[in-house]
Amino acid sequence: MSLFSKQNKAAFVEPLNLNNPIMVQVLGICSALAVTSQLKPAIVMGLAVTVITAFSNVIISIIRNTIPQRIRIIVQLVVVAALVTIVSQVLKAFAYDVSVQLSVYVGLIITNCILMGRLEAFAMMNKPWPSFLDGIGNGLGYAMILFVVGAAREFFGRGSLLGFKIIPDAVYNAGYMNNGMMTMSAMALILLGCVIWVHRSFFYKEEK
Amino acid sequence: MKTNSNSYTIIYSAVIVVIVAFLLAFVYQVLKPAQDANVALDQQKQILNSLNLRDLDNETAVAKYKEVVKAEKEVDGMKYYECEIDGQKKTVFSLKGMGLWGGISGYISVDADNNTVYGAYFNHEGETAGLGAEIKDNVNWQKKFNGKKIFKDGSTDIALGVKKEVKNPENEVDAVTGATLTSNGVNDMLKTCLAKYKLVKK
Repeated sequence: MSLFSKQNKAAFVEPLNLNNPIMVQVLGICSALAVTSQLKPAIVMGLAVTVITAFSNVIISIIRNTIPQRIRIIVQLVVVAALVTIVSQVLKAFAYDVSVQLSVYVGLIITNCILMGRLEAFAMMNKPWPSFLDGIGNGLGYAMILFVVGAAREFFGRGSLLGFKIIPDAVYNAGYMNNGMMTMSAMALILLGCVIWVHRSFFYKEEK
Repeated sequence: MKTNSNSYTIIYSAVIVVIVAFLLAFVYQVLKPAQDANVALDQQKQILNSLNLRDLDNETAVAKYKEVVKAEKEVDGMKYYECEIDGQKKTVFSLKGMGLWGGISGYISVDADNNTVYGAYFNHEGETAGLGAEIKDNVNWQKKFNGKKIFKDGSTDIALGVKKEVKNPENEVDAVTGATLTSNGVNDMLKTCLAKYKLVKK
């Protein structure tokens, strides 16, 4: 079997659009609301989830035939928790700034529904390589939405992107004001709803 | 392989837990020295931040710290640092308090008159990004402390604080929007910790 067969490509590409974890499966919403008030934490969080989804998918896929059915969720959880802990320790040792910036969110990756969803739906039934692609695809699909929502919230809520001021002072002098609502989680939910709405009306047709 | 029997399930879970425990212990042991070094360096950078020496890379920070910080002392379990910048004496006081979700801490540097704030830096464990976390991320907010007075004229109470409605611009700083509880935490931290050092205005 070739490394980039049709099924493998589908495992990677589908979660980016037609089977997006946030827009179609509606998973991982809680963290999408929590970390998107600014662009930078949103990007780092997206990358961390991508790495952890990919590797936990691979590990579960390798041991999938040995896992007892009745405790499979617990086994998956142990693998995810171990990986998250390792990633957080490695960040602390080699990328201290990033780990400080993400603080509790690294630990909260354990509770991200996308991880358990992919392990249960894909890695338990597929070989390691497709599982890896599936993990990367789903992670990026998640990161993509975080990026869009984070950018919109930081731009309208603070007039900046990645901490750099985008809206010039002249605009503020003309009476423009930052929308403080955008810094609150409630607006993330509304923005996310808009993203899903646009996606469903242009790209994704629900089967009747 | 029969993976559904009770004994298999129990042995499997025991084995996986032991493996994971050893793995995590090993990773922790291997990375501990690097992490401790990072924490120590980060603390030095925080102290330098409170002296308005911000955004230094690692080597410059270590060198600058050696040059600037002259002595490390302790009162009542609270550490303070005697420093010298351009021949002027400054004292950096460490602060510890409670935010909304966890601990907050900070350093505040004070001029030789024990009254005028030279600079401030705050840190937190788990405040909300974009709201409470602004006490650490928003340098402009920290800079608002520069030049504030710790004491009001004719009083020995700590007047320096964070208020939603600033009545004494000499002593008070505007709270962070959307982070009332964290701002209150910073306010309480300043009041209780600075009182512990028993500062006397000169």
